[in-house]
Amino acid sequence: MNVEDKELLEKVSDTKDFQSMAYNIRKDGKAVERKITEDVSIVNKEDGSGIDIYIKESAKNAFVYIPVLLTKSGLEDVVYNDFHIGKNAQAIIMAGCAIRNNANKNSRHQGIHRFYLEEDSKVKYIEKHYGEGHGSGHKVLDPITELYLGKNSTMDMDTVQIKGVDSTVRMTKAVLEEKATLTISEKIMTAEEQYAKTEFEVDLKGKDSSAHVTSRSVATEHSHQLFISRLNGYNQCYGHVECDAILKDEGTVQAIPEVNAQHIDARLIHEATIGKIAGEQLTKLMTLGLTEAQAEEQIINGFLK
Amino acid sequence: MLELKDICFNRDGKVILDHISFVLDTNLFVAITGPNGSGKSTLAKIIMGIEKPDSGTIFFDGKDITNLSIHERAKLGISFAFQQPVKFKGITVYDLLKLSAGKDVSKKDVCFILKKVGLCADAYIDRELNSSLSGGELKRIEIATVLLRKGKLTIFDEPEAGIDLWSFNHLIDVFKNYQKRENTITLIITHQERILNIADQILLLKDGKIAYFGPKNQIMDQLYQDCNCPFMEGGCDYECRG
Ligand SMILES: Nc1ncnc2c1ncn2[C@@H]1O[C@H](COP(=O)(O)OP(=O)(O)OP(=O)(O)O)[C@@H](O)[C@H]1O
Ligand SMILES: [Mg+2]
Repeated sequence: MNVEDKELLEKVSDTKDFQSMAYNIRKDGKAVERKITEDVSIVNKEDGSGIDIYIKESAKNAFVYIPVLLTKSGLEDVVYNDFHIGKNAQAIIMAGCAIRNNANKNSRHQGIHRFYLEEDSKVKYIEKHYGEGHGSGHKVLDPITELYLGKNSTMDMDTVQIKGVDSTVRMTKAVLEEKATLTISEKIMTAEEQYAKTEFEVDLKGKDSSAHVTSRSVATEHSHQLFISRLNGYNQCYGHVECDAILKDEGTVQAIPEVNAQHIDARLIHEATIGKIAGEQLTKLMTLGLTEAQAEEQIINGFLK
Repeated sequence: MLELKDICFNRDGKVILDHISFVLDTNLFVAITGPNGSGKSTLAKIIMGIEKPDSGTIFFDGKDITNLSIHERAKLGISFAFQQPVKFKGITVYDLLKLSAGKDVSKKDVCFILKKVGLCADAYIDRELNSSLSGGELKRIEIATVLLRKGKLTIFDEPEAGIDLWSFNHLIDVFKNYQKRENTITLIITHQERILNIADQILLLKDGKIAYFGPKNQIMDQLYQDCNCPFMEGGCDYECRG
């Protein structure tokens, strides 16, 4: 990795200090740096399609850092990362993809991340996506995330698409067993002619399983976003999806909810709010001395924080 | 000094403010009162620049501010606590109070202000300004945003609404002390007898017109006479004596 790569990496990392964690840094389709720790092992898949990450049973605060860099214009990179979280383990996993495309061919990354959470395990998963570059080539990110939450396990997923991604189609699927809890928070901002489609499908299979999906997005300029969610309740369970979108300029957002209750004790809620910034919010901040543009910036930054 | 000259405001074919003129000197605590729908909040919004009058002029410290925007008036030292506080998803109490102060204030200073309005700071400072806060809590935070600005002209729109009676006595002291600052004007829109009692002057609005403006002594007796007080239609908003 050169200095420029390190700067790009920082765009999708909350931490500079990952040296003490287990990590696997992938650049332009190849692993360039890797470290394992006592609680975390990382193994190449035999067919070369990606890696398996194992978190030891009962591990306490195992940290894993799996970023991807794409710097060659025209590259199409697909990788399978499978996370196996042992019984009663606690892990914090940070992933992210940063694309720099300074030429005119399209660059695309597709990370297929599968998580297998065993009984009583707990995972915090943070994912950031970012694109930059002055070429006309598109920066495309199409992540697929599949989550299998075993009995009594907990998963907390934060996904953020900061800026500069021309097109994204993100698919997240989850299956929850008894008493499993899933919380997903998604934040997306699009501009220019960008397109973002996010799709969630959650199967609440086990008794007393619960899922909370919150999506906050801002669509500016000529960008378009599509939000699809499917909540399936097959048992006594609780599911809540909340889609909140702010429109600016000519931005457009479409939300399509599907709630499917297949059990008398399934409780499923879908809320979607789409609209421009409320006038009274702008007014309040202007009475504090902010100009309209400054007020708007504060409201959007807070919303996506 | 604040001067309103012949302010008119009509909407949907209805007269909301009808030729309003008055002058407020500095070092004055004025309470605006009157029935629901008489135009009190509209008047406050016109002073802050949130609504534009159809005609008339507003002067502040000798300067014509009629065509100034909200934020320009804020910069001149006018501030306004909303009748209905605004919620913001993702913005915390601390974020909003920092914006109010207009500079980077320490958590300690913010805690001090929150305590003033009766909120235990530690429990609130990092909360988001969303529907998880109760109406009374949002109202206190709204008042705090204005206290922090230390404005020259401060308008509170029904600060008592939603605040429990026990805390209210304390809040009255806060307003009194706030008004003690040199060269300031405090304007409180209220239906509360106890706030009317601490005001120097009372402005009574009825149907968009000034029905009375002057020292409180003369008007209070009339307001108290009985529940059919002369300025109110459909009964009186005030707690009546005897
Ligand atoms: N923009 C507007 N368009 C139409 N009608 C309006 C507008 N603004 C205010 N009004 C009307 O003007 C009248 C005065 O409203 P205002 O909010 O100023 O009353 P108020 O004296 O503050 O009442 P309250 O004691 O209930 O707070 C009301 O009848 C209200 O419905
Ligand atoms: Mg009002």
